[in-house]
Amino acid sequence: MSDKVNLTIDGRKLEAPAGSTILQAAKDANIYIPHLCHNDELKPYGACRLCVVEITHRNRTRIVASCIYEVAEGLEVQTVTERVLNVRKLVIELLLSRNKKSQVLQDIAQKLEVEKSRFELDIKGCILCGMCIRTCKEVVGVNAIGYKSRGFTREVATPFDETPPDCIACGSCAYVCPVDFIQYSEKNGVRTIWNTEFPMQKCTKCGRHIAPVKQLDHFKETLNLPEDHFDICLHCR
Amino acid sequence: MENTIKAIVEKYDSNKGFLVPVLQDVQKELNYLPREALDLVSKFLKVSISQVFEVATFYKAFSLEPRGKYQMALCQGTACHVRGVPLIVDHIERTLEIKDGETTEDLMYTFETVNCLGACALGPVMVVNEEYHGKMTIAKTDKLLKKLGKEGNA
Repeated sequence: MSDKVNLTIDGRKLEAPAGSTILQAAKDANIYIPHLCHNDELKPYGACRLCVVEITHRNRTRIVASCIYEVAEGLEVQTVTERVLNVRKLVIELLLSRNKKSQVLQDIAQKLEVEKSRFELDIKGCILCGMCIRTCKEVVGVNAIGYKSRGFTREVATPFDETPPDCIACGSCAYVCPVDFIQYSEKNGVRTIWNTEFPMQKCTKCGRHIAPVKQLDHFKETLNLPEDHFDICLHCR
Repeated sequence: MENTIKAIVEKYDSNKGFLVPVLQDVQKELNYLPREALDLVSKFLKVSISQVFEVATFYKAFSLEPRGKYQMALCQGTACHVRGVPLIVDHIERTLEIKDGETTEDLMYTFETVNCLGACALGPVMVVNEEYHGKMTIAKTDKLLKKLGKEGNA
């Protein structure tokens, strides 16, 4: 088998590396597919279901999630069909029912011409896309947060809903959260995230706060940096 | 506790893939999964505590709360339901003074309802510590509770 495969997306003939996903191929060809739980730095996951497309195989069509469906030779993909839009509309309505205030979700809803969610739920706002958990595990390499429980009661949580022992307060989870559900604040040299206060390191020269001590310790440990590497902030170097 | 858990983890060659069997063995040993036990499993198995917590809360078979000496599971399947399980649920809840899923304060009884025990012909079915009791009625429930040391007071 060769390393490249040929496929068609919305009638355009494209070439994509074998083993990549439809979403990747579409992105490379500047074809828009809405998505929330995908990030190039993370392994494909397929949680939000917004990226559904219709594929044709032996004269039959099927709805698949493009972010986890691998490209194949001769694959025919339609990103905008009635069936696809119907599914996406339902998905965005369900997502909105979990977080109706999110601007990102509202923008996608507007594009899909969905005005209001038919489902009224009083859920805190997490859409359970798992971006935070996967980033913490795959990118940061810390694994401080995870899912808790399952089904309707599933949520992202720290172990035992208490101070996360492994957390380095880097804020990556808040950064990747597509609906800004995870928040952190900084005040008087203390970063507060996951209901925990993390003291921050002060620059020995200018006295500005650089980053949480635990985060800098983590960098020093993983990158084998000298103990005083972060004593002076970027501005003073 | 440390040695108990170390022994269990070593039984599975400290292999991360055996997290569920390890937790099952720990629960069998300690009757539930106390927090210290999960911390130790995380330490010995080298799996992050968040992942251990995730698995322990995912499966209904695991309990993070202490469980009673007698664990009663009452079937709520269709067959059992039409044969009057709701009345038995009421009766047990009143007798033991706990709600579905709770444990009595003296840690003697845990009562929960389950969706199907796969013995519909015997319905209503109740399982007490892995022993099946079929064709339950309120009278039979009373008799059973009496045998387990609980006099009805309702």
